[in-house]
Amino acid sequence: MKRWLQLAGLAVLVAVPLLHPPLYFLHLAILVLIWGMIGTAWSCMGRFGLVSLGHGGFLGAGIYTVALLWNLYGLTPWLGIPIGIALSLLLALAIGLPAFRFRVVGHYFALITLALGEVVRLSIIAARDVTGGSLGMTPNRVQPPTDVSWYALQFADKKYFYFIALGCWLFSLWVWQRIDRSMSRAALEAISEDEVAAASLGIHVTRQKLRVTLISAALTSVGGMLLGLYNQYLNPESLAGIGISLEIVFAAIVGGMYSAPGPIIGALLTIGFREGLRTYFGVHLIGMAETIYGLLLIVFIIFMPRGIYGAIETLLRRRAAPSARPPAAPTAPRPGPATPGHG
Amino acid sequence: MFDFFLLEAVINGLLFGGVLALLSLGLNLVFGVVDVVWIAYSEVVMVGMYVIYTLHVMLGWPLVFAAPMALVGSGIVGVLVHRLIIEPILDTPPINQLLATGGLLFFLQSLATLIYGSQFRNIGLSLPTLEFHELYISFARLLAFGVAVLGMAGLYLFLSRTYVGTAIRAVAQDRQVMGLMGVDTRTVYLITSAVGGALAGLAAVLLVLQQDVHPFIGLTFGPITFMICVLGGLGNLLGGFVAAFVISQVISIGSFYVSTELSYVIAFVLFIVAMFIRPEGLFHRRS
Amino acid sequence: MLKLTDVSAGYGSFQALWNIDLEINAGEAVAVIGPNGAGKTTLLRAISGQLPVWSGDIALEGRSLLGTAPHRFVQAGIAHCPENRRLFPRMSVEDNLKMGAFIPEARRQFGERLAWVYGLFPRLRERRAQIAGTLSGGEQQMCAIGRALMSHPKLLLLDEPSAGLAPVIVRLVFDLVRRIRDEGFTVLIVEQNIRQALELVDRAYLLEVGRVRASGPVAQLRDNEFLRQAYLGL
Repeated sequence: MKRWLQLAGLAVLVAVPLLHPPLYFLHLAILVLIWGMIGTAWSCMGRFGLVSLGHGGFLGAGIYTVALLWNLYGLTPWLGIPIGIALSLLLALAIGLPAFRFRVVGHYFALITLALGEVVRLSIIAARDVTGGSLGMTPNRVQPPTDVSWYALQFADKKYFYFIALGCWLFSLWVWQRIDRSMSRAALEAISEDEVAAASLGIHVTRQKLRVTLISAALTSVGGMLLGLYNQYLNPESLAGIGISLEIVFAAIVGGMYSAPGPIIGALLTIGFREGLRTYFGVHLIGMAETIYGLLLIVFIIFMPRGIYGAIETLLRRRAAPSARPPAAPTAPRPGPATPGHG
Repeated sequence: MFDFFLLEAVINGLLFGGVLALLSLGLNLVFGVVDVVWIAYSEVVMVGMYVIYTLHVMLGWPLVFAAPMALVGSGIVGVLVHRLIIEPILDTPPINQLLATGGLLFFLQSLATLIYGSQFRNIGLSLPTLEFHELYISFARLLAFGVAVLGMAGLYLFLSRTYVGTAIRAVAQDRQVMGLMGVDTRTVYLITSAVGGALAGLAAVLLVLQQDVHPFIGLTFGPITFMICVLGGLGNLLGGFVAAFVISQVISIGSFYVSTELSYVIAFVLFIVAMFIRPEGLFHRRS
Repeated sequence: MLKLTDVSAGYGSFQALWNIDLEINAGEAVAVIGPNGAGKTTLLRAISGQLPVWSGDIALEGRSLLGTAPHRFVQAGIAHCPENRRLFPRMSVEDNLKMGAFIPEARRQFGERLAWVYGLFPRLRERRAQIAGTLSGGEQQMCAIGRALMSHPKLLLLDEPSAGLAPVIVRLVFDLVRRIRDEGFTVLIVEQNIRQALELVDRAYLLEVGRVRASGPVAQLRDNEFLRQAYLGL
């Protein structure tokens, strides 16, 4: 039954651009897919209590690498992308390896990731001579100009980006599933409950955490690359700041990060809601849309920490087995490991 | 060879450090007592700045009356943050509190955009630049430093001499025993949140003297404040104080040799490195 | 003064106390003895309001304490000196005592109370500015008891005051408790050190696995055959 549904859903998704929908709709769909992928990438870490507030750093590091190599050296994105991913992996390693080795968890870990995001953002701005600083930069148009360039990954027709984004999102889902079904999942859940106990069972805490962090970083940076290539515009604030990092987290939370479809539902809701509000309020009340959005986020965390999908899941489960107590709904598994200095 | 410009940078760094230290105090106080990090802390400062702007520029209040209202306003915001956002989720995993206050960050930023627009707003105060021999010191910076020191001294006295202050310190050390003393921890949390907010308001007064306010101003000093607090040991008031001056010197002297942004990058990188040398913070001693 | 009627309590789904009946009269010194895990600390926590009771009643001077907020028990007149002392480690001795007198009634008389406690514990006066975490075990216990006394309680609860202390110090602490008791305070003491506890108090309750196994005046308990063999090693 579920298989059928999945295949049907896939068919629908593939069919969408072939039905010539309005450009605006296609544009939103592409954004939803990309942000869904980024959210999924983040959730790979977030669901195990490794809450990162600096994923914007991977977005920025990835895309700026690709764009700079293209603009400065004419290096095709096909080579730029792996290099960008490598850079993001390096950053993740630089933060993750010492952090996990020294058992930096909870608040401290979140704030360190925040610092990482800031380092990337500020570095981009500091190198304004090549990156254009806060004003952003645009990748050079491929010469000679053409509508479809696989070499430069520049397409005039949105359909191309749609399928690329769809493929990437499906790939991220596949990665998510792999982690979900692996021994790592059990190990990481044990770690998030009680790190010390897990270690005493022979679980290699650092290695497990690092692996999922690197995967998350790599996927996120690809997402960032997609964003930059699609928008044909890069900006450190919208790609690497604390604002964007928080937005990733929220989309994942709103949708529900403990399930595969959660993040994309979150992306759908966030983008759809934002656009909806913006259309409704128009230019008359700038900031009203975001204000309501911010308010809803707060309300969500307080009343629905498992996200919309999680709430639905819980509801369905409760309907199926009314005697079974639904698990307590924390946003992250109870932090067994004491944060340094918490006791 | 004595470089006056370098000395100027050091002094400016010192003055800047005063404001950073004040910023870190509020955050550290709330964390040390209530055990939550207000991700939106710099936005609470922003509220204070807008209060001053509204009262002084829009309503014409004299600055001497508008400034204290910033403390009141931010203090009230602090209480509301705790009562409405933190209290309901106090017993849930700390991540929830991080995220809820993160949502507050968005909310306050957009509310400011809604009410005031995204333009930079200045309170129109032009303070002179003082000249000592060949050193140029901004009077605004000097004033800010002085007030920051007074604020910190005030906080110190409050915490060590008053009964409520002693209770606040006690809660930070052993909250479970507080009931045995007849202390309602809920009340202590609210008071602490009010004081934390008021400190943010004080910082707002100092910042508005030197900078324009705009809805995203929190992003300029927010991350660095977090960094300072973590560096000094989250919850450690003295540690944050010292860390503030260390970081401000790094930034100030760094800006002297390379660009300002790069000096911030260096500061952050140093922070990350320091985290790995001593994850609990350089001066951590909470057990 | 204190009357527990059919009190049952526990943690979560785990029951620790079953149908406890207990009574303390003004001016008495009563001990609750028993092995580890018998529920002695749980009992004290229920009396001081830290743990809600599942059923039964706790009445102080005739007035039921059920439904009273935990932090209002001190005001009612019950001071609990907890297990392991639980001083505020980075505050001075005097600050710790200060916290003991937090409630308004005590705060008003802070100066006199402080002087009186220092009179009982001159060692504390010498070390009034010292950080509590650096005190010796015996001094910490004195400070903890002093802190509890600052509120001039009608009933003083002492949870294992001899825990972790050298025998010489234990004797000292118990002498102090005797002095407190002589000043007219009503004391309920929980102890694993049965012999010394029985020398101190008028009556005792033997708690085993959450139930009162035996109770009565000390002399009667000492003669109790079961007690002698199981606990007094006689």
